[in-house]
Amino acid sequence: MTDRVTAGRPGPGGPAPGHREDGRPGPGGTAAGHPGTARSTTGHRTPSGSPAAPAPSPAAVRPGGRSGARARAGAAALLLAPFFVLFAVVMVLPIGYALWLSLFTEKQSGLGFGGTETVFSGLGNYTAALGDAAFREGFLVLLGYCLVYIPLLLAGGLGLALLLDSALARARRFFQLALFLPHAVPGIIAALIWVYLYTPQLSPVVKAMEAGGIGFDFFSPSGALPSVVNIALWEWLGYNMVIFYAALQAIDRSVLEAATVDGAGAWRTAFSIKLPLIRASVVMVALFTVIGSLQLFTEPLILNKGTGSAVTSTWTPNMYAYTAAFDRNDYGLAAAASVLLALTAALLSFAVTRLAGNREKKSKERKARKERTA
Amino acid sequence: MSATTPTRPGPRRSGPWLSKAAVNGALLLSACYMLFPLVWLVTAATKDAGGLLGGNAFSFEGFDLGGNLARLAEYGDGVYFRWYLNSLLYAGGGALVCSFVCIAAGYAFDTYDFRGKEKLFGVVLMGVLVPSTALALPMYLLASKTGVVNSYWAVLVPVLVNPFGVYLSRVFCAGYIPGEALEAARIDGAGELRTFWSIGLPMVMPGLVTVFLFQFTAIWNNFFLPLVMLSDQQLFPLSLGLYAWNSNAHAEPGFYPLVVTGSLLAVVPLVVAFVSLQRHWKAGLTAGSVK
Repeated sequence: MTDRVTAGRPGPGGPAPGHREDGRPGPGGTAAGHPGTARSTTGHRTPSGSPAAPAPSPAAVRPGGRSGARARAGAAALLLAPFFVLFAVVMVLPIGYALWLSLFTEKQSGLGFGGTETVFSGLGNYTAALGDAAFREGFLVLLGYCLVYIPLLLAGGLGLALLLDSALARARRFFQLALFLPHAVPGIIAALIWVYLYTPQLSPVVKAMEAGGIGFDFFSPSGALPSVVNIALWEWLGYNMVIFYAALQAIDRSVLEAATVDGAGAWRTAFSIKLPLIRASVVMVALFTVIGSLQLFTEPLILNKGTGSAVTSTWTPNMYAYTAAFDRNDYGLAAAASVLLALTAALLSFAVTRLAGNREKKSKERKARKERTA
Repeated sequence: MSATTPTRPGPRRSGPWLSKAAVNGALLLSACYMLFPLVWLVTAATKDAGGLLGGNAFSFEGFDLGGNLARLAEYGDGVYFRWYLNSLLYAGGGALVCSFVCIAAGYAFDTYDFRGKEKLFGVVLMGVLVPSTALALPMYLLASKTGVVNSYWAVLVPVLVNPFGVYLSRVFCAGYIPGEALEAARIDGAGELRTFWSIGLPMVMPGLVTVFLFQFTAIWNNFFLPLVMLSDQQLFPLSLGLYAWNSNAHAEPGFYPLVVTGSLLAVVPLVVAFVSLQRHWKAGLTAGSVK
């Protein structure tokens, strides 16, 4: 894979989504033959660093190079401004406000006649959240959910993508569309449909299962996790399969042909050649799935509204934060719970990228060692 | 598709035919799993409450699609179609502005060099990793402080930001806009913004459509933000309205056909968009995957 790792452009730290593995910036097959695909990403640029420097760049050749550089800096600022202003308002500010809020708590003043007052409580909200068994159980539920859902999603998505990529598959366009289509269904509607399909009076599934002698209560305590995992899989399996499939299609076919010539069968090719080559996509999907999973809310909320469900209103940390804010009006506690959740997301995404980075480094070292000994 | 020819030495004699059936059978099975709830949604939407609760799901007994649609249009003075228009406004308007904001930023990241550029881009990528629902609560509290809570703005402004859209836009600009075209425009004396607007933007239009499509889907499907921000039914998007109806359905089974038929109509625009714009979402997922 070393031949593919060319620094298309300085990677913005870590194998996050920005980690480009090859020099092909274009959107896959569609950009083939587009005039832009072959150009080097740096060749025509003015060198980085101080933009006004009279370096041997195209800017210097042009009349008014210096003022041209200034115009470009101005244009860059102008084009970036809308995004970063919105980014500050919608992302940075709320994060700061959540941190601030999480340090305060409402106290009944006096004997409870004078209403409430807001007092500084330090890390009190954090200890309150972490000390609450319901909040901790929410994280346990989340852990269980991740341990079941993420392996199933990755294995299922990769498996389907490999099947679709194999020479034997037919009607690829149809399958791609059919598997992707659940992504067009809003999460709330997906949850509604499935909850209806879980409800004995409404569901053909439950009826068919009963006819087949399988009784399964999707709303029972042991059924809650599988019920939620199934909804999430239905929503995201096809979407991620298409990502993997796109990555597989981007593999240089001559590599695969070489493997075939060397006598590798379909299985061998899939596991020893194709999978290692699309590692970056797998890492990216894993990363996004972890972050998405931590926010689990909609599906269990709908299950919670289903009659007699084992899903409580504080089943996941996100539901806990929501209930804290809107049922108990305890904004400090809600903010602390949100911050803890975001912190977990940050730690986990760091761990995933780190793990992936380490493994990549190791495999490179191994390869280098092999080359040395050879 | 550049499929390798199946002439390679087959390891098993019964190989090609059997494994072909197995591969396509597995794919077919998973396609059925994906499509079956949607098929159920279509047949269920044609039934009245009795047919839905008692009957066979895939038959057409108790067929009453017309009645369901009429009730949907009448209930609460046609509030459902109000929600529909709201969703179109949030998703259409929000995605339009968002995709232009993203393309402008992506273009700047791709075209210009300035100090700290990659660091700034790193900030954008960090934004991709922030769980959006963790922001919704503080955003609600901020909005109620400033008095914009429970208004169109409360739902529209937060969805204008999509860091991943900026990342995609940068990739698309690198792929679609040849540097020579921009140089030529500059030599001809076009200003920088003019160059962006009349040279860069038209060239990267397919990328813009892709970013628009993904953001439209994200906003159309968004539930947590409106749930937190809105209390006035007249401002609800479809997702929140259907949720409210569903909460009534347990006490009042008459709501079931409304929820099911309403869900079907809510799914239609995105299904149409994804079927007709296949090239664009595939491009987005390809660009997002490795590039």
